[in-house]
Amino acid sequence: MVSVPFEYTRVVSYDEAVQALCDHDEDAKLLAGGQSLVPMLNLRLVRPTVLIDINAADTREPYLDSGRLVLPALTRHAQLLADPAVRWNAPLLSAAARYIGNVRVRNRGTLGGSLAHADPTGELSCAALALDASVVVRGPRGEREIAVADLFDGYLTTRLKQEDVITELRVPVGRPAPGARGWSFQEAARRASDFAVVAAAACVEVDPGRGAVRHARVGLAGVADRVIPAEPAAIGSIVGTVPTDAALADVARAAAEATSPETDVHASGAYRRRLVAVLTRRALAEAIGRAHETLAAA
Amino acid sequence: MTRTRVTLEVNGVGREAWVAPSDLLVDVLHDGLGLGEVRYGCGEGVCGTCTVLLDGEPVSACLTLAVQAEGHAVTTLSALTGEGGSLHPLQEAFLRLGGSQCGFCTPGVILTAYALARRERAPSRAEIRYELVGNLCRCTGYTKILDAIESYLADGAP
Repeated sequence: MVSVPFEYTRVVSYDEAVQALCDHDEDAKLLAGGQSLVPMLNLRLVRPTVLIDINAADTREPYLDSGRLVLPALTRHAQLLADPAVRWNAPLLSAAARYIGNVRVRNRGTLGGSLAHADPTGELSCAALALDASVVVRGPRGEREIAVADLFDGYLTTRLKQEDVITELRVPVGRPAPGARGWSFQEAARRASDFAVVAAAACVEVDPGRGAVRHARVGLAGVADRVIPAEPAAIGSIVGTVPTDAALADVARAAAEATSPETDVHASGAYRRRLVAVLTRRALAEAIGRAHETLAAA
Repeated sequence: MTRTRVTLEVNGVGREAWVAPSDLLVDVLHDGLGLGEVRYGCGEGVCGTCTVLLDGEPVSACLTLAVQAEGHAVTTLSALTGEGGSLHPLQEAFLRLGGSQCGFCTPGVILTAYALARRERAPSRAEIRYELVGNLCRCTGYTKILDAIESYLADGAP
């Protein structure tokens, strides 16, 4: 045993989890996949009094519901890679999950746990931001929905209350207008399986016909104390156009200039900003390219 | 701290152990049940030396609480060896092609490769490499490990 001693309790529903959180003080922690929490326990970076194991709280698989893909919080990263509903409706999440840790992390780690951990380099948080997704949160007074864009409050911190439990991620996947969607996930890391130095996730929609961009959104990881959207004014400037490579490079450079990443042991702030320019350009180019391929195939 | 008695299904056999909630699965398997092939390495889920299969898929025993393994099938390397200690064909391939040197990482590498071979019929070398990202070897390098796994797959993954 290397962690501090703690008590352990297992719950079989989210309501029980909320109740257990209400019954204990702020040193109670939820245990989902444990792929971030248990290393922190082993390093004694966290010292909980009780762990509330929610692994048996939900047995649902991802499913479609009125134009949204519903991903239960306990969806494992490996499921994001393998599940046909996810691969077809939110391939960006599958692409992002490929970059997470190693096979053992992906077998145990959960989507809800990853979002709640609020790591500023988190691949799934970054992708969820680009997808305009929201989380469903259950607390003592029932359920509410929070946009992923409003979920994070700083380094490893969310705006959730102590008694709150994330139960679902909802991703809009409806295809209301004619046209096509495209996506891309780009990451630079020191070694395979390392935390991202910088990652960029892009989602675009293009009009039918010549394929002008109708909507574009980019999430960035590794450049602030939380995952952030790339400067909307910069990204929005390609809407209504079929951007050239030079135009995308300009947009990506403007997005990079709007960031002010910190220097740390992994990379300098200047290098991170340079990565934002490069990865945003590649992500937008690949996402638009994919959307155009879909148009051409239709 | 309260200790509870848990029954773990390890390599097809029910094994009882008294564990504290904070006891890690690696500690119970290695220290409690004497399974020397499950090794404490980094304690952060990065190095792969504590790899076991939980319901057939690789997990880090250093990031799993022992109490969490209740009700799940735990498989360690010794489940692969046959009667009288005869080697599994995957182990034979490692021996034949020099895929193991000091041997510290080998159980984790073999279990990870074994799970991949059960899931994918013919993974490419790049896919094998991707699967093994979390199993660090400091002796042989990875070329001979990949050769051994490819040879086992080429023989039909018996």
